[in-house]
Amino acid sequence: MIVVINYAVGNVKSVCNAFEHIGCEVKLSRNASDIEHSSGLVLPGVAAFGYAMNALGDLADLLKKVVRQGKPILGICVGYQLLFEQSCEHGDNKGLGFISGKVIKLPDGLTIPHMGWNSVELPQNMELFKGIGENKHFYFAHSYYSQTTDSQAKFAYTDYGFKLPAAVQKSNVYGTQFHPEKSGPSGLAVLKNFQKICENY
Amino acid sequence: MSDMLAKRIIPCLDVKDNRVVKGVNFLNLRDAGDPVELGSRYSDEGADELVFLDITATIRSRKTIIDMVEKVAENVFIPFTVGGGIRGIEDFDVLLKSGAEKVSVNTAAVDNPNLLSQAANKFGNQCVVLAIDARRSKSRTGHWQVCVKAGTEPTDIDVVEWAVKAEKLGAGEILLTSMDADGTKAGYDNQLNKAVSSAVNIPVIASGGAGKLEHLYDAIAEGGADAVLMASITHFEECGIHQMKEYLAAHGIPMNL
Repeated sequence: MIVVINYAVGNVKSVCNAFEHIGCEVKLSRNASDIEHSSGLVLPGVAAFGYAMNALGDLADLLKKVVRQGKPILGICVGYQLLFEQSCEHGDNKGLGFISGKVIKLPDGLTIPHMGWNSVELPQNMELFKGIGENKHFYFAHSYYSQTTDSQAKFAYTDYGFKLPAAVQKSNVYGTQFHPEKSGPSGLAVLKNFQKICENY
Repeated sequence: MSDMLAKRIIPCLDVKDNRVVKGVNFLNLRDAGDPVELGSRYSDEGADELVFLDITATIRSRKTIIDMVEKVAENVFIPFTVGGGIRGIEDFDVLLKSGAEKVSVNTAAVDNPNLLSQAANKFGNQCVVLAIDARRSKSRTGHWQVCVKAGTEPTDIDVVEWAVKAEKLGAGEILLTSMDADGTKAGYDNQLNKAVSSAVNIPVIASGGAGKLEHLYDAIAEGGADAVLMASITHFEECGIHQMKEYLAAHGIPMNL
């Protein structure tokens, strides 16, 4: 069973709804035993980075432990950003640090937030995108983005006046800057792939 | 520069007592009064996003709207905004938790602009939509007045100044309705759209006045809108959302097809 981390931020329910819709057993929880016994974890996120990290509290250490042991984790939007080392949204805040790099404000001159449907080049060697096609639109809604030099991480990109990281994979750590739960059929296909990853764990 | 970002088509549904009382009547959809059913059909048709407006917006109707939001979120996997009768940060909290992607606020933000910053700090500015009902000023040419209470009450606030201030406070998007163009089917007020979209860096949704395909194109190309909203178009050139998107794409507008 996949556990969606319930850390009382914004819209966590939509992620659960989307997994249920594709026939995946899912539980919204912040209970340590649920997290340890899950087949995979989802870190949703509709909140500011600092607020979200604060809301995670002690759970951060537990997440680091189970992810180090190999449990698949999927970070979405701010949940994706939390996978990195730090963010400068509303002051400097530390993240979970699974992927080296930091989260910074989108460059001036662009419409911010980057909000709406943007097309993502889908690398065929990223498990989340298996069988979906080479290029699909996904729904984005964010004002900050990840900058990384992590050579062990694979990235998918979108074009927002510059090459904007849209998704990541580093061994069992997965993340999408976009919202797969709000991206129609293509988004549901990404969640289905994550479900398969978790089944094989 | 953001060439790849698709422009959005957003049907708007006015909801009263858990029924859609005013929706977009495309020919190939039968008039469904059920918000979940209609929302789901629009999504299948290719809508990029949905807006639900609680037009009763009483304390009693709040509970009904929350139930509706939960049901929509269980069945529709595209973003949707909920607005109408938002009073404070608690409304943001409960609607987002129920599954809405964004909350739109008009009168309460005019009464208390700090609501925008409060909401942005807590939930991120991407879910804070400022709705502006704009009316052309009779005394100042080339200016528009902000109207509140569902457009019934004009204020002295200048629309462009308010939009700029709201962006600074934390609004992540502006839903801009022209009270003059609304219901005319004669096209969006693109002077208004241009004035606002060139003054702010956040996305602007053009609303009010759509009646033909070329109106959608004009709102984007002339008005600088990032999205076009349609509230009540009867038999929109006898075509559906997919055809709208194909028309715009054929005219060089990036769309999610």
